[in-house]
Amino acid sequence: MKTLNNEATAWLKISVFLLALIPLFKLGISGYFDNLGANPIEKITHRTGYWTLSFLLITLTVTPLRRLTGCLWLTRLRRMLGLFAFFYGCLHFLTYLVLDQFFDWDNILKDIIKRPYITVGFAAFVLLIPLAITSNNRLIKLIGGKQWKLLHCAIYPIAIGGVVHFWWLVKKDITQPLIFSLLLGILLVIRLFYKWRDFVK
Amino acid sequence: MTAYKLPPIDPSEITPRDLFQDRRRFMQLAAGASLTALLPHTVLAGEQLAGVTKSTDRLADELTPYKDVTSYNNFYEFGTGKEDPAQNAGNLKTRPWTITVEGEVNKPKVFDIDELLKLAPLEERIYRLRCVEAWSMVIPWIGFPLAELLKRVEPTGNAKFVEFISLHDPEQMAGQKSPVLNWPYKEGLRMDEAMHPLTLLTVGLYGEVLPKQNGAPVRIVIPWKYGFKSAKSIVKIRLVEKQPDTSWMQAGPNEYGFYANVNPAVDHPRWSQAKERRIGDFLKRPTLAFNGYGDQVAQLYAGMDLSKNF
Ligand code: HEM
Repeated sequence: MKTLNNEATAWLKISVFLLALIPLFKLGISGYFDNLGANPIEKITHRTGYWTLSFLLITLTVTPLRRLTGCLWLTRLRRMLGLFAFFYGCLHFLTYLVLDQFFDWDNILKDIIKRPYITVGFAAFVLLIPLAITSNNRLIKLIGGKQWKLLHCAIYPIAIGGVVHFWWLVKKDITQPLIFSLLLGILLVIRLFYKWRDFVK
Repeated sequence: MTAYKLPPIDPSEITPRDLFQDRRRFMQLAAGASLTALLPHTVLAGEQLAGVTKSTDRLADELTPYKDVTSYNNFYEFGTGKEDPAQNAGNLKTRPWTITVEGEVNKPKVFDIDELLKLAPLEERIYRLRCVEAWSMVIPWIGFPLAELLKRVEPTGNAKFVEFISLHDPEQMAGQKSPVLNWPYKEGLRMDEAMHPLTLLTVGLYGEVLPKQNGAPVRIVIPWKYGFKSAKSIVKIRLVEKQPDTSWMQAGPNEYGFYANVNPAVDHPRWSQAKERRIGDFLKRPTLAFNGYGDQVAQLYAGMDLSKNF
């Protein structure tokens, strides 16, 4: 099905919305049953970080997948998926701010300046904020489609920053950052390919 | 022989006695009751060690619960996740087991583990453990000073360093199928560090035979150094003249040094070492120089630049 009617779209959106809440739900359940292991704060930080990056990549999958499959309705999920990346990013940052550092502003400032992985993570998160703010139709109209598109190109440095953040924080086992890098690499190469093909045409 | 006296601990760190003992009793009960239910069957050591001199330092920091000590640690031989060792250590065979002590010694010897267990009186030592990743625990280890073993093999004048070599057997240690570190795991100490009475050849914790995931059947514990210095599942101890290369030094020479003394003033290149999260606590606490054992060990490093010799 290349297109969906309004009712089907509504159902699709609700389903994706609920699916996207599963990681949070699972985290809540584990927390409630005291199942987060010996170091719950670390686990929450890791899970929320993992899902922030995952939702960034899922969001970046929408457009290539639409071009590949021709399913136009995919684009209608893009905003929600992007907002979920921001949502998990907020949880991730709040975990750091409240649970990990407990508002130790001095130390947070030092971290942001001195620890490269926090520096890029923080930059990526800050860059996400304007994208989240300009995600409603009124604001898109207000700033104009062209500028909006340009602004939302920030998703690329954000995703790259997220992956770099991950590389720089692991101690030795690079399996996961490597997987995320490869996936992001594929998503970016597909885009370059389409750009090149559009250009040649 | 009396147990080694631990340094006094800041009163603010001390939990009131009855509260502490209540908690401890509760915890022991809980540990006993929930063990069989909660832990994978294969990792259950459970066997009590006999004839252990109990630590008299009961009022040290609050102990980290048995469950946390045995379900959260780094032991890359069984995977890089901190819950992997408890999951995957079941395949480790701790009998028969021998420890070869060789190198610059007059009496090299292969010790059978059961012989080693009787070499010197076992004592309980409640030590802080500070991981290089900025979390920490308080663990009642059981063992005897490494010096007891080293004296028996009579180190020669050339013995300047001690090298610890852990088991290398990917069949038993699935994590070794990945080249994440140079296997076998190697660690080392300077001779005076190895002979220091705090350096404990460890065979148990919480009154029990050392659980597999914690480095069974025998490991080393050096409480003033980051946890990775304390090699686990040791099969060979070599006394050598030159400073040995360690697995973590090879993995990241500018991140992990030979000395690896706990030092809040010298950050890891990628994260701060000023504070630590004690497992079970919410707020981080300041990290102490030499993990609080400075009175005992600082003189070993007199005149050394500890930011260069990190
Ligand atoms: C878009 C922004 C961000 C993304 C995509 C992201 C992603 C991640 C990922 C994937 C992890 C590792 C998860 C795992 O190990 O499974 C992580 C860990 C972490 N992140 Fe972020 N992050 C972002 C922003 C931030 C910010 C703003 C901070 C704090 C200021 C932060 C602090 C941390 C910390 C402290 C860890 C754990 C490090 C450790 O275990 O040593 N992140 N993040």
